[in-house]
This record gives sequence, C-alpha cells and structure tokens, in this order.
Amino acid sequence: MDNRAALVKRIHALDFALLELNLFLDTHPDCEEALYKRREYQAERMALIEAYESQYGPYVVTAKQVQGEHWSWVDGPWPWEYGREC
Amino acid sequence: MWQYEKKLQYPVKIKNPNPKIAQLVISQFGGPDGELGASMRYLSQRYSMPYDELRAILTDVGTEELAHMEMVSAIVYQLTRNLTPDEIKRSGFDKYFVDHTSAVYPIAASSLPWRAEYIGVKGDVITDLHEDLGAEQKARTTYDNLLRLIDDPDVRDPLKFLRQREIVHYQRFGEGLRLATDRLDSKNFYACNPSFDKNCGK
Repeated sequence: MDNRAALVKRIHALDFALLELNLFLDTHPDCEEALYKRREYQAERMALIEAYESQYGPYVVTAKQVQGEHWSWVDGPWPWEYGREC
Repeated sequence: MWQYEKKLQYPVKIKNPNPKIAQLVISQFGGPDGELGASMRYLSQRYSMPYDELRAILTDVGTEELAHMEMVSAIVYQLTRNLTPDEIKRSGFDKYFVDHTSAVYPIAASSLPWRAEYIGVKGDVITDLHEDLGAEQKARTTYDNLLRLIDDPDVRDPLKFLRQREIVHYQRFGEGLRLATDRLDSKNFYACNPSFDKNCGK
C-alpha cells in the first residue's frame, strides 16, 4: 500500500469512528468517555488531513489550500468509479 | 446545509459486472425500505421532533443514509458497467435499459419507481420513532434477503456493512424513544403529543 492509500485508509477509519461517536453522543450527550475519545480521534484526523492536502490536493471541498494552477477537486476517479484509470 | 466528502463511507470495489443482481440491489436505493426513503423519512421528521437529542439523531442518521444511498448506487453502477446488448438481454436487464440505459434510477427490485408513500412522517414523537425502528428492521430484513440471493463476495461485503448500520441505527432510535418517554407521563405516554401540545410533559 503506498503512502497516499495508507493515509486515506487511516482517515477513513477515523471518520467512521467519529461518526459512531457522533451518533452515540446524540443520545448520550454527557458521556465523558465518548467526548474524550472524540477529541482524541478528531485531533489525529485533523493532522492527517493536513498532511494529505499538503501532498495530494483537497480532501474536502473547503480544503485550506489548493496547490498550483489547477482546481484538482474535479479530478477523478470519483468515489464510485472503481477500476477507472487516474 | 450539507457538504460532500469525496469518498464512500465503506469501499465498493466490484470486479465482475452482473446486471442480474444489480436489479435486486437497486431496491435498497429506490425500494420501499431503501436508503433514499430512509434519508427522506428522517430528514423530514426532524422538524417536528420535540427534543434536541432527537433532532440531532434524526439529522445525523438521515445524513448517514445519504452516504448509504451513494454506496448502494455505486454497487448498482459497478454491476452494470461495460455491458453488451447480448448480456443486457440475457440478464433481464433489458426492460430497465430501455428506460434508463445504464444510469442509476431509484426503483424497487419489482421495478416500481420510488414514492413518498414509503415513508411515514406523522408529527408525533412516539409514532415517528416507532416508524423509524420498524424502518431500520425492514431495511435489515431486505439486506438479509439480498445476502441470501447473492454469492459474489465483492457485493456481499458492502451489503454486510450496510446491514450492520441498520442495527446500530435501531439501537440509537431505541435510546431516542427512551429519552422521549422519560420526559412524558409514565402512566400515559399518550396523554398529550409533545410535538404539538404546548407544555406537554412539563
């Protein structure tokens, strides 16, 4: 697995953990343990997204910076396009 | 408002197109218990929810359902790639193909287009949460049925993920129902409707 794929895999795993915590906290808004875990995962996610965007372009459309002279958000493959050449 | 994240919630990587099973999986996009209806149900119900936790869970689950709709659509899309006219005829995909080519259109496996009658939005917290608990179980049953009919591990894997999410949502809605009833008259939860009657449960 190359660095980009490894980075994306870790961000996606954190996204999923954060979503689960989000839903859990919706019905347990005062659970300290879940709030602590959320802070921990969110900090790691922010750092990894920054690392990703500085090397590979926007992870989300509101990315802090877009390098160069090209709006790389448009570039595929899009998430549903398995097997398409980059 | 919403913001798109350029990823699937869980990967969909199907090596072998198969229009026969695409016609089954599409039910979880536009069928009676599919992800489109799930999202519309929760995002419509949330306005009349009387408690903040319930507004939150319906917003967040309704949002996740959009991501599930995208995953189901991706499965259908990948199963209907690069088809020949002969494959289209042999698989029974020809009737769909006439109207939609290889686009992804919200219909049930039985070919009925998506309709708003699939969702209940009643404006009563107990009624709506029971609709949601039932909806999650109906979607779980549909995924179970799909898993009974489909052998391809590339298709089964994301379907199993989606099935599991129905169970998590069911759990959260159950907690939501408990939060609601805890705030009502324990001798008669139906004494008033907190989504409409002023001072109900106060």
